[in-house]
This record gives sequence, C-alpha cells and structure tokens, in this order.
Amino acid sequence: MTVEATAGQAVRTQPKIESELLKSRVGAAMWFLLPMLAALAVVAGWPLLRTIYFSLTNASLTNLYEAEFVGFKNYLSWTTLKSGRTVFSGLLVDPAWWNAVGNTLRFAVISVTLETVLGMVVALVLNAEFKGRGIVRAAILIPWAIPTIVSAKMWSWMLNDQFGIINDLFMKLGLISHKIAWTASADTAMTAVLIVDIWKTTPFMALLILAGLQMIPKDIYEAAEIDGVHPVKVFFKVTLPLVRPALMVAVIFRLLDAMRIFDLIYVLTPNSAATKTMSVISRENLFDFDKFAYGSAQSTFLFLMIAVMTGLYIWLGKVRFDGGDR
Amino acid sequence: MAHIELKNIKKSFGLVDVIKGVDLEIFSGEFMVFVGPSGCGKSTLLRLMAGLEDITSGEMTFDGTLVNALAPSKRGIAMVFQSYALYPHMTVYENMAFGLELAKSSKETIKERVEKAAELLQITPYLSRLPKQLSGGQRQRVAIGRAIVRDPKVFLFDEPLSNLDAALRVATRLEIAKLHHAMNSSTMVYVTHDQVEAMTLADRICVLRDGLVEQVGTPLELYENPQSLFVAGFIGSPKMNFLNGEIASKFGANTIGVRSEHIEIADRDGAWKGKVVHSESLGSDSYVYVDIGAGGDPIIVRQEGTHMHQPDAAISIAPIPGKVYRFDKAGKPVKN
Ligand SMILES: Nc1ncnc2c1ncn2[C@@H]1O[C@H](COP(=O)(O)OP(=O)(O)OP(=O)(O)O)[C@@H](O)[C@H]1O
Ligand SMILES: [Mg+2]
Repeated sequence: MTVEATAGQAVRTQPKIESELLKSRVGAAMWFLLPMLAALAVVAGWPLLRTIYFSLTNASLTNLYEAEFVGFKNYLSWTTLKSGRTVFSGLLVDPAWWNAVGNTLRFAVISVTLETVLGMVVALVLNAEFKGRGIVRAAILIPWAIPTIVSAKMWSWMLNDQFGIINDLFMKLGLISHKIAWTASADTAMTAVLIVDIWKTTPFMALLILAGLQMIPKDIYEAAEIDGVHPVKVFFKVTLPLVRPALMVAVIFRLLDAMRIFDLIYVLTPNSAATKTMSVISRENLFDFDKFAYGSAQSTFLFLMIAVMTGLYIWLGKVRFDGGDR
Repeated sequence: MAHIELKNIKKSFGLVDVIKGVDLEIFSGEFMVFVGPSGCGKSTLLRLMAGLEDITSGEMTFDGTLVNALAPSKRGIAMVFQSYALYPHMTVYENMAFGLELAKSSKETIKERVEKAAELLQITPYLSRLPKQLSGGQRQRVAIGRAIVRDPKVFLFDEPLSNLDAALRVATRLEIAKLHHAMNSSTMVYVTHDQVEAMTLADRICVLRDGLVEQVGTPLELYENPQSLFVAGFIGSPKMNFLNGEIASKFGANTIGVRSEHIEIADRDGAWKGKVVHSESLGSDSYVYVDIGAGGDPIIVRQEGTHMHQPDAAISIAPIPGKVYRFDKAGKPVKN
C-alpha cells in the first residue's frame, strides 16, 4: 500500500513527464467507462434521484406528476393539538416501519453470519483434493442458480403445513408431535425464511471464499506441517488471515443483498409481520396502499442505511477491493 | 545428528513411477547434494524424506528407526523451500517463532533462539518487517532462519537459491557453506540443478536420473571417475566434449569424452585439426569452439587468460594424454 501511495504521489508531483501518456490513458479509460456510467445513470442514478424527490412530496400513484413539495413531512411531522399535546407522525415514528427495520437487520445479521460460517466450511471441503471434486463444485452451485421465485415456491410447498414433505419427515422421525405451519406461524416464519435463504446463498458464499482460498500458496501449509502446527491453529493463524480480504468482500456483497431482501419473503411468507422487511413494506406502501410518497421515503431510508453501513464496514475493515491486504 | 538410510524407495503418483527404487545412505553430519536433470525426481525424493509425500514402497530409516509413516513434524527435520514459503501476513520474527510456539518453549527461549538465528544470518534489522518488505535474498535468509531455530537433526533444501540473481546466489551459497560448518552436527540434504552449487557445497553428490541413482560420490570422484556417460556429461562446466565414431575407436571405445580444460592447442600437428567456429573470452578464461569435422557439437577448448581466435582460422588441438574418458556402447567406462 505504501509503495502504491508513493507511486501515486510521484505521478501527481511530476505531471509533465508523463502528462502525454497519462492524458491518453485517462482518455481511453473515460471512453471505456462512459457506456457503463451512462447505463448506471439511467437505470440506477435517475430512479434513485426520483425516489428521493418523491419522498419529499405528497405524490400518490394517481397523482404522480402534480405532486407538491412538502419537505420532510413524510419522514417526520407534528401537529400541536388544542390541548397543547404534540402529535408526531411520519416514517421515523411509525412502529410498522421500525418493525420492518428490525426484521431486516435480524435477517441480515443471522443469515450472513450463518452463510459465512457454512460457506467457509463448504469452501474448505471443496479446496481439499478428492475424487469428483469438479462435479461436487458444480453441484453445490445449483441452489444458487435456481431463480429465487422458483426456489421460494418450491420451499413453500415443502414447508406446507398439511402436505409439505418437511412436516411429514419430521413427524415420521418423531422430531415434532404435530404439524407446524412453518411459513404462516409468526414464531417460525423468520426461521423458514432464514433456512431457505441460507440454503440458497451458502454456495455463493462458498464460491467467493473458495476463490480466496485458492490464492493461498500451498507451500506455506507444507511449511506449517513440517513445523507441526495443529490444523486448527493453522486455520486460525494462517488460513483465516490470508483469506480475510476475500471474506470481507464476500460479506459486504451478501450484507448489501440481505438488507434489500424482497422476493423470497414476498413469495414465502406474504403479509407476515414477523418477516416483513424494509423492501417489502415500502413496496406495499408504494403500490398497494397508494402512499407513493411515503413508500419513497422508506426506500430512501433503506438506501441511506445501506450506504452508511457499507461506508462503515469498508472503513472499519479497511477492505481493499483489489484483493490486497491493508 | 541423523544417519539416513533409504532402502529400495519407490514412489508413484497414480500410474506414473517417479522414484524407481533408490538405495542411498546419508551419513550424519554430511552435506549431501542431489543433482540431476529437471523432472528426474530430486524434489520428490526430498519430499519423501520430509514426509510431505507418502512412500509407495521401500524403507526409510533415521538413525535406525523406521520413519515411513512418521509425521513430518516428528522427524526432526526442517525444510527450506524454493519459493521460501514464508507466512506472508507474519513479520520475520513471527515467521521464525511460529513453529516454536507449540513446542511449549517459553517466550524467552523462543526470543533467544530467534535472535540468535537472526544474528547468524544478519537479518536482525528486519525482524519486524513483513516478507513482502524484503528482497529475495533476505527472504531466503529468513526461510533458512526459520529452519535453524527449530534446531533440526536434518536440513532439507529444495533449490533454495534458484530464485536469486547470480551475485546473490554466490553470496548465499557461501552463507550456507558457513552454516554447514557452524552446525556440523546437522545432516543436510540439498537439491539443486546448478552443478557449481553441487561441487562447492557437497561432501558427497548423488546424481539422479529418471528416478534412479546414477552415481554417488565426492565431487572430485564424480569429476575424475564418472561411472557413466551421463555423469560425465552432467558434472563439469562447460559440458564434457564427446566424440564418437572413428576418432573414438582409435582409443578403443565407442565414445570418448574430454573436458575442455584437458585439451591443448597444438602448434601445428595436434591429433585433431579443424577450424575455429567461435571464440569467447571471459577474462580469466577463454573458450574456443572448434569444428574438427567429426559431426556433432563443436569441441570446446578452454585456455587460461585472454586469447582471441579469428573465426574460420585453421587450428590444431590435442587431448592431454591420460585425461581421455572412454565409454562403451552402454555408456559405461571401458576397463582395461
Ligand atoms: N503430485 C504429483 N503428481 C503427479 N506427478 C508428479 C507429482 N509431483 C511430481 N510429479 C512428477 O514426478 C517427476 C519428478 O518431479 P520432481 O518435482 O521430483 O522433479 P525434479 O527433479 O525436482 O525437477 P526440477 O529440477 O524441475 O525441480 C516429474 O515428472 C513430475 O511430473
Ligand atoms: Mg524440483
């Protein structure tokens, strides 16, 4: 890192020597980036700006274009009653919203933690040499390759309280005494969502970690073997520190993904307060309840949360996306 | 101190036989060098001794105890890898101390041993650096230091100098030689394909060819009494000149070999006449490449000092009597 930093400075402090070369390089880079930037501006930038704008208006689905600017009313507003009592309203004091925030955070933390641990285990297994490794590597990706809607529907049948195979299996094994309404019951809905998400996403995690594991040279494991270092110690003192950059990137990807979870919950546990996440509730407001401005405020809030979390995470973990260490 | 014995050691990877029955004795305190062409199984043999690969068949003993199934860490060995194999995220100190921490040595003992090794190898100023902040030569010394602190009975080196530039190679070679003197109770096994390294470092050299031992002996024995055409061609630099056909039959052999330092330039009527193909001067020595019309590669003649020869100039050369090696059809020396 220090080397690169000084190299960067050198370029900056001696602009004349390389200016021609630099100019042509920057020019080329611009041209290569331009289509991407344009596409991003159209499909991500513009909708984002529109959402933020709508969150500051009183827009509704039927009245999108004549919406009036109302400032931060959707986030927080208050009226003082004649009795002198002040009543607050808006997103920041909405218990349904905070319930969704709680659900989202709980889902994100639990699923990403378990997926990371399981993904690491799977990656370690796949990194070992055994016969048929190629096939296992391909097979393990299947859950991830199935579209979420399809796997959610599949699991919702498997978890069905009357006809589902899971209840049937558990009953036969004597693990449960009566059939459980996995997706409908408030106690188990979140568990059901977590199970499906972990089933689906662990392979992705494993693959990212596996890529990191394969960057670690084999010979240092042989050196450790000659030193007689216990395998557990090797894992914590050698493998984990060396795979950390890849692991951090994988965790960020997954965390951002988990924060905006929508499709799985929408299909698996519709209308359950126990699993309703920020994306689900904002979609509800946007399109079902005709509170377009309020839904936009919720979307904006979600965006800000993700942005802040990413910033914090990168700063705390000092992740470098070029794969190097600090 | 360890006396190593290999009895009919074989190793195959799947269907490929790599080591095909090696018998070898390495005496305790000896510096044994494995040389041989690329792919002949030097590294594999070393890794078998380290315990990093399983022996397919045969017996390996250290001081009389069978070690075939013994874990690497139990063999009392240390290995220095061609690629250094340093832990990239640990400082030099941690790299050297990592293997000791489990031996239940106290912190002070570890510190003492690391510092002593660091001093021996002159890497004390770098103890708190990461491997990536070191030069290749420094890294290699750290790798050697990591081996030293374990105080092993046997040192195994797999081409430790091959990633270094020429000057550093010579310097580090010297350091390894010094190390061998300083730790003369340790047995050292050293793999290289550089025969200068082999000649200068070894007490004995083991020439391997295609998974088999071709010849074992002191450097001088191999130089003076090669037991096969292969060894004759492999040991010595530049390569020994080989001549077949009529010229060889005059000596009663299928092939004769003469080293470049054993050919003289005759004034007029040497045994072999030809013309200069090319000449090079290295300052202390000069090499003349002579074509005597016998087919094959030109004959290399070494002269001390600086001598220039014009290309295509006629030249007459003669082997020093008694320095001609004679080999039969099977590549074995001709006895008389
Ligand atoms: N793990 C392995 N699986 C299959 N074949 C192997 C394996 N390791 C080595 N070999 C084969 O064994 C032979 C000897 O390899 P080895 O690495 O011992 O050669 P070497 O003498 O050290 O060569 P070099 O001088 O190039 O390092 C080679 O033909 C190689 O292809
Ligand atoms: Mg090798």
